[in-house]
Amino acid sequence: MFRNVSELVDLATNQNKKISEIMIEQEMTVTGRTREEIFSQMDKNLRVMEEAVERGIRGVKSHSGLTGGDAVLLQKYIEKGNFLTGKTILDAVSKAVATNEVNAAMGTICATPTAGSAGVVPGTLFAVQKKLKPTRSEMVAFLFTAGAFGYVVANNASISGAAGGCQAEVGSAAGMAAAAIVEMAGGTPAQCAEAMAITLKNMLGLVCDPVAGLVEVPCVKRNAMGAANAMVAADMALAGITSRIPCDEVIDAMYKIGQSMPVALRETAQGGLADTPTGRLLQAKIFGIVRD
Amino acid sequence: MKYKSVFDIIGPVMIGPSSSHTAGAARIGRVARSLFGREPKWANISLYGSFRETYKGHGTDVAIVGGILDFDTDDIRIINAIKIAEERGMKLNFIEEDAVTDHPNTARIIIGDEQGELELVGISIGGGKIEITELNGFELKLSGNHPAILVVHNDRFGAIAGVSNILAQYEINIGHMEVSRKEKGKLALMTIEVDQNIENKILNEIEQLPHVLKVTKIVD
Repeated sequence: MFRNVSELVDLATNQNKKISEIMIEQEMTVTGRTREEIFSQMDKNLRVMEEAVERGIRGVKSHSGLTGGDAVLLQKYIEKGNFLTGKTILDAVSKAVATNEVNAAMGTICATPTAGSAGVVPGTLFAVQKKLKPTRSEMVAFLFTAGAFGYVVANNASISGAAGGCQAEVGSAAGMAAAAIVEMAGGTPAQCAEAMAITLKNMLGLVCDPVAGLVEVPCVKRNAMGAANAMVAADMALAGITSRIPCDEVIDAMYKIGQSMPVALRETAQGGLADTPTGRLLQAKIFGIVRD
Repeated sequence: MKYKSVFDIIGPVMIGPSSSHTAGAARIGRVARSLFGREPKWANISLYGSFRETYKGHGTDVAIVGGILDFDTDDIRIINAIKIAEERGMKLNFIEEDAVTDHPNTARIIIGDEQGELELVGISIGGGKIEITELNGFELKLSGNHPAILVVHNDRFGAIAGVSNILAQYEINIGHMEVSRKEKGKLALMTIEVDQNIENKILNEIEQLPHVLKVTKIVD
């Protein structure tokens, strides 16, 4: 059993196993289910993620009209080939956006670790899939690795925007994705932890300020940037860059920052972008009322 | 460890847009329904904190009603839950509460019909995971992730041993158990989370025990 990232990395390193394998073994111990049952449930979740991305890339629109269609724009832009960054990173961003646009439209998604942050993990997975050409089992393993890091964050800090702000949701998702990308790309368990730490450090302090209380603005674009952050951090970790602050301490810092965040910035739609003139105007238009 | 399974993190599969405010809310409603044991005729739903501030945007009200209708988090009917409930003649009342609660995502659900009512408080702690913190005035901690039995009994010695003896006879393992009472020597509630669903026969047997007043179960 692992309780923090350091124990997780030690377990994997000492037994010469991947982090995904440690997570699967722990799940078998905790639930008493077989490897096949656990694997097949995760494969089902993967299928839900694939369907959500496919739907988002074809184009959806939310009921409020605030979000939808950006994944399509980005895919078309990638096809033209004149992009400034890179194809894989933009593909990740567009697929993260696609998933969250489907979520905003009350479509079916798989929470990773939450619905509001559900785009980052699948977005990066399906983008690096093109580059790394993993087997189906390796794709499922990606989700177990992401899950292992999310498990540590959820138990030692929080994955709730109402409790810890967006850093707890998209921040956690991005860290989980970065770690999983590193494993799929052949990095060590320690490098997975470095990627998680580098990502989360750059998400610290991010508030949860959804306009009109909808999981749309700025959630969809925060998933986009969470995916970009994860991709860059994964490359940094694979290059051998390490975090001066250990991953567990970054997670602890995230928790403490969340606790000291004002309630107005924790999913109450009272502060931040929700409280801008345009944010308030959109709220009034959607619900026909303005609340203070 | 609040989160035990990797599927608490990668999951649930759900209808958007929020795991805490939609999926978690649906799960709280569904636990209420499961404990009540039948479809209620009316429901009073109080929302606190972040639930109160953002329920319209997140569809929290719709999701709780979906749960009361026994819909799972990935059941597409959740989207139309309020309409479906009203068509079935269920009277719904939503109350925006000002009180500050321990957890920002808190809902109090009172459901009932001519035969009885049930009051429950649930919190949505993130990623779709919930805890039931109060039931008919008893404080408790119930995850809703496992089958569970709830035993209302008189606060007397031997009551707990009686129940655990029956479970042992049927080789049922207890994963988590707690006892809560309103006053010493008066009514008490045993909350027992178990590893497998329990047959009604066993529940009946428990109900026959001295000091036991009522037994209900939550199925997985």
